[in-house]
Amino acid sequence: MVDEGTLKALEDKVAELKRLIQQDGLELSEELSLLERKLEELRREYFAKLSDWDRVKLARHERRPTGIELVEKVFDDFYELRGDRLLGDDQALRGGLAKLGGKPVVVLFHQKGRTLEEQRRYRFGMAGPAGYRKAARLMGIADRLRLPLISLVDTPGAYPGVEAESHNIAGTIARSIETMLSVRAPTVAVIVGEGGSGGAVAIACADRVLMLEYAIYSVISPEGAAAILWKDQKATPKAAEALGLSAPKLRALGVIDEVLPEPLGGAHTDPDATADTIREALMRHLDELFSLPLDELLALRYKRYRDVGSYREIETGSFLQDL
Amino acid sequence: MPIWKDEKKKNRRDYVEVTPSRAEDLWLRCQSCGELVFRKKLAQNSYICPHCGAYFFLSAEERIASLVDEGSAADVTAPLVANDPLGFVDRKPYPDRVKEAQRETGLLDAVKVVEARIEGHPVVLAVMDFRFIGGSMGSVVGEELCLAMERAIELGVPFVLVAASGGARVQEGVLSLMQMPKTVLVRGKLARAGIPYIAVFTYPTTGGVLASIASLADITLAERGTKIGFAGPRVIEQTTKEKLPPDFQTEDFALARGMVDRVVRREELRSELGKILSLLDGGRYGG
Ligand SMILES: [Zn+2]
Repeated sequence: MVDEGTLKALEDKVAELKRLIQQDGLELSEELSLLERKLEELRREYFAKLSDWDRVKLARHERRPTGIELVEKVFDDFYELRGDRLLGDDQALRGGLAKLGGKPVVVLFHQKGRTLEEQRRYRFGMAGPAGYRKAARLMGIADRLRLPLISLVDTPGAYPGVEAESHNIAGTIARSIETMLSVRAPTVAVIVGEGGSGGAVAIACADRVLMLEYAIYSVISPEGAAAILWKDQKATPKAAEALGLSAPKLRALGVIDEVLPEPLGGAHTDPDATADTIREALMRHLDELFSLPLDELLALRYKRYRDVGSYREIETGSFLQDL
Repeated sequence: MPIWKDEKKKNRRDYVEVTPSRAEDLWLRCQSCGELVFRKKLAQNSYICPHCGAYFFLSAEERIASLVDEGSAADVTAPLVANDPLGFVDRKPYPDRVKEAQRETGLLDAVKVVEARIEGHPVVLAVMDFRFIGGSMGSVVGEELCLAMERAIELGVPFVLVAASGGARVQEGVLSLMQMPKTVLVRGKLARAGIPYIAVFTYPTTGGVLASIASLADITLAERGTKIGFAGPRVIEQTTKEKLPPDFQTEDFALARGMVDRVVRREELRSELGKILSLLDGGRYGG
């Protein structure tokens, strides 16, 4: 059976061969094409029967393109704006001005790190109050200047800690949601990696919510659900399956609007192609949203979030009998 | 069962314990002092132990009775029940969990909404019930809170939320998460209509409920003995290896850090709400 370890080992070998050919000029193209065919074959096998837990691992893949890598590929002239004007600048949630297809936009994104040093600096993409306050500040710019707001979501969740609680992380997330819902310009969110709970939804309450094929979006981490509901860490893959966190499942539920296909092997195997897909989708959705007058845009947004949920109305009498 | 005993006791969180009582129990044992207390007497005393002053856990119904003018409450909770959008099964299927909670509480879901008067002031009052799957917010709770706010707008009376929640309801997945923007959205409508919104944080007010509707009130009270926080202590300790201060996520912690306006003892909650409501009554600019 193919697992992600086998895949990674082969991916490493291909990368090493490419390096040898490019840097040392060795004649290894035959070996390379052989390995690449083998890799392609294994990937097809692996991706044909992807479990939701496999998707979680892909969404968290150490080589998955991070926020800034995608932003630099998707947008032009990204100009970072920093600070929440109160506590400081949280680099786990970044943002700024940019151009998309020649038009100005405001961008927000979670930032994860690759190296240990980066992971510390970005706190694994877990933003605290300063991050969400900065997000609300940038949403305010989009609102006042009527610039479309685009967010790229990739966080395990908001940062849990004494300092975060001391500075009212919950209230800051609530304000971020409130501010995003009231932006008087089109908003589009793309879940590009992990959409972890409140820390994700804080910048994902958009007119359109898109999701990369192997990204996840969940009310709780599978590990957390396994601990709380199954009382058993070994139930984590089962929890991943139960939570309905995959892009196709969320599309079926109507929570997201579109699944953006990733290259075979996942976004990390071809970040450029992934960015092209995201850019094309953003421009298409923004075109549609730009054609709506403001009152209609806001009315549609209101309806979308007012109506979300799954429940049924009953006759109270029958309920009492059932008990 | 008692969630608060006396202010001198240091490690209050150590005996914060919520074992819901059954409606048919005539006598309840105070888990703080061990005395048996007659339920009726307890009810007259806002469910505070007459022997030691410990707070007993309150159901939504008991909470409502403790806050509103006698005979003034009309139940306007919509007859909604949860679906099972994910076909969620952990150690038991989600529909079974809901049924059990319904049987145990007599409620359809984790919130009860009434039109009532508090010290003469008409309000729409929504009270969450922690016994119902930890007071978690799923699709039904989100919808009930929105309907309650819309009713307050329609009637032109203040909206009061008594929060008691462990957070978003895991069994409805991202649909539970979506109740955060949903309730925040309608809270915005309440604001535009100029309707006052008062929130009371009771044991516990945490997670997705705190990170949405509960944090956006005009005036926020915390009941003595509550727990207020976004992330659970276990998650924080595991993720950050931080040592938590002894008063972490208590009402005094929240008050000192500017998250609530006041900490109020349970027996004073009704008069405190009455005072605020009368301060907001009449004479506003623009009629
Ligand atoms: Zn006692």
